[in-house]
Amino acid sequence: MDLLISFVLALVALLILLQLTVLLLWVERKGSALIQDRVGANRANLFGGLLPFNLGIVNTLMADPLKLFHKEDVIPKDADKFLHWLAPFIAVLPLFVTFAVVPFGDVLVIGDRVINLQAANVNVGLLFVLGMVSLGVYGVVIGGWASNSRYAFLGGVRGSAQMISYEIGMGLALVAVVLTYGTLDLQQIAREQGKLMWGVIPAWGVFYQPLALVLFFIAGIAESKRPPFDLPEAESELVAGFYTEYSGSKQSMFMMSDFIEVAIVAALVTTLFFGGWQVPYLQRDGFHFPGGFFVGVPSLVVTILQVVSFLVKLFIFCWLQILVRWTYPRMRYDQLMNLGWKRLLPIGLANVVVTAVLVLALEGFTIK
Amino acid sequence: MNPYIALLISFALCAIVAGIMCGASWLLGPKVENKAKSEIFETGNPPLGSIRGIRFPVKFYLTAILFVVFDIEVVFMYPWAVVFRRLGWMGLGEMAVFVAVLAVGLAYVWRVGALEWD
Repeated sequence: MDLLISFVLALVALLILLQLTVLLLWVERKGSALIQDRVGANRANLFGGLLPFNLGIVNTLMADPLKLFHKEDVIPKDADKFLHWLAPFIAVLPLFVTFAVVPFGDVLVIGDRVINLQAANVNVGLLFVLGMVSLGVYGVVIGGWASNSRYAFLGGVRGSAQMISYEIGMGLALVAVVLTYGTLDLQQIAREQGKLMWGVIPAWGVFYQPLALVLFFIAGIAESKRPPFDLPEAESELVAGFYTEYSGSKQSMFMMSDFIEVAIVAALVTTLFFGGWQVPYLQRDGFHFPGGFFVGVPSLVVTILQVVSFLVKLFIFCWLQILVRWTYPRMRYDQLMNLGWKRLLPIGLANVVVTAVLVLALEGFTIK
Repeated sequence: MNPYIALLISFALCAIVAGIMCGASWLLGPKVENKAKSEIFETGNPPLGSIRGIRFPVKFYLTAILFVVFDIEVVFMYPWAVVFRRLGWMGLGEMAVFVAVLAVGLAYVWRVGALEWD
């Protein structure tokens, strides 16, 4: 029974992620159209006009992935076949698994069984996420190397240097967060944020670590290799960068890994800084408003509200990243390296030191 | 139940799904051999040949080495951050020494221009 439950939870986490990536693909195409004042993709049909009507909105939700999966899988003749296959697999697998440790709700109570709404409740959650996200660099490097093409190679080399540079900034930003909560367990961190500051303001991470939020968000966008940090796949310079020589579903895996990274950054921002699944003032038995007002809510409804709250927050931060992507022009490579090494690293380090001193000095003042 | 078993289940499920999605084109797509198609794409020019043994700027190597130094620093900070409250001011002092050494290192590589990208 326990095995079945964890299988279902793993499936739910994976499905949330897959649905979200497909939805993000559609939002990206329609959203960019909205930003650039054009219509965007608006028609689709099956099997060359078999259906008498236009599928419209279904376009990118279904047509894009389906079309990519039906394209020919081309491997260049000088390429390393095994590595060429391995790269897209390595690019997506760690990112898929990352979502297993992200809590998407508190607990679901069925009868006397209490189910933790998290696919794997490991106590090193945050470390696991960092480790898995950093494995993404292998997909880029191997993809760039295996294709045996100059463009792919340049993209791979650029990508590796960029991703490892920003990993440091990301790691340092999260150290400050761990200092505030004193745990690596994401579910625990989300629960801590259910408390109130001075009885009014929800104790969300953003109020304790605003600087870490900014650092993490910038480093996260850079890790996902999307504009303004899309140097590894810069279309105008490198065709498509490290996946120039990929086609069909393998290429779609690389595109998908970008969207999954967007989703992961959004999920982490939500969980660490915006209370995760917390709804302000909502406890397990109902709303406890400041001033002593109490509105009782059934347990199941509370759980549903929390899951919805998580998904809404998740989507807001995905949309924010898409806005950033369509607003800023691409950076130059030296600017990118300067931002990573000369800004994020020292500021992150200073943030850790200041946080550590403050946590000790104001022991009674912090959440613990 | 051990949470790592749940993680393992998640891994297996994701590996199957990722494998199917990677192989979808190979299963479903057409397979037409073509000389031009199997060549690498170099914006329409005849390809210049293999990249094995190609030379690229040493800056990327230097970045990787610097990454190892500073990322290990961050890795050491995680266990410290978790037990930070129990260690108190003593733990903070010890970590301050560790960070100070690396901050001097950062100042040094900054000064000698290892972070400059031209």
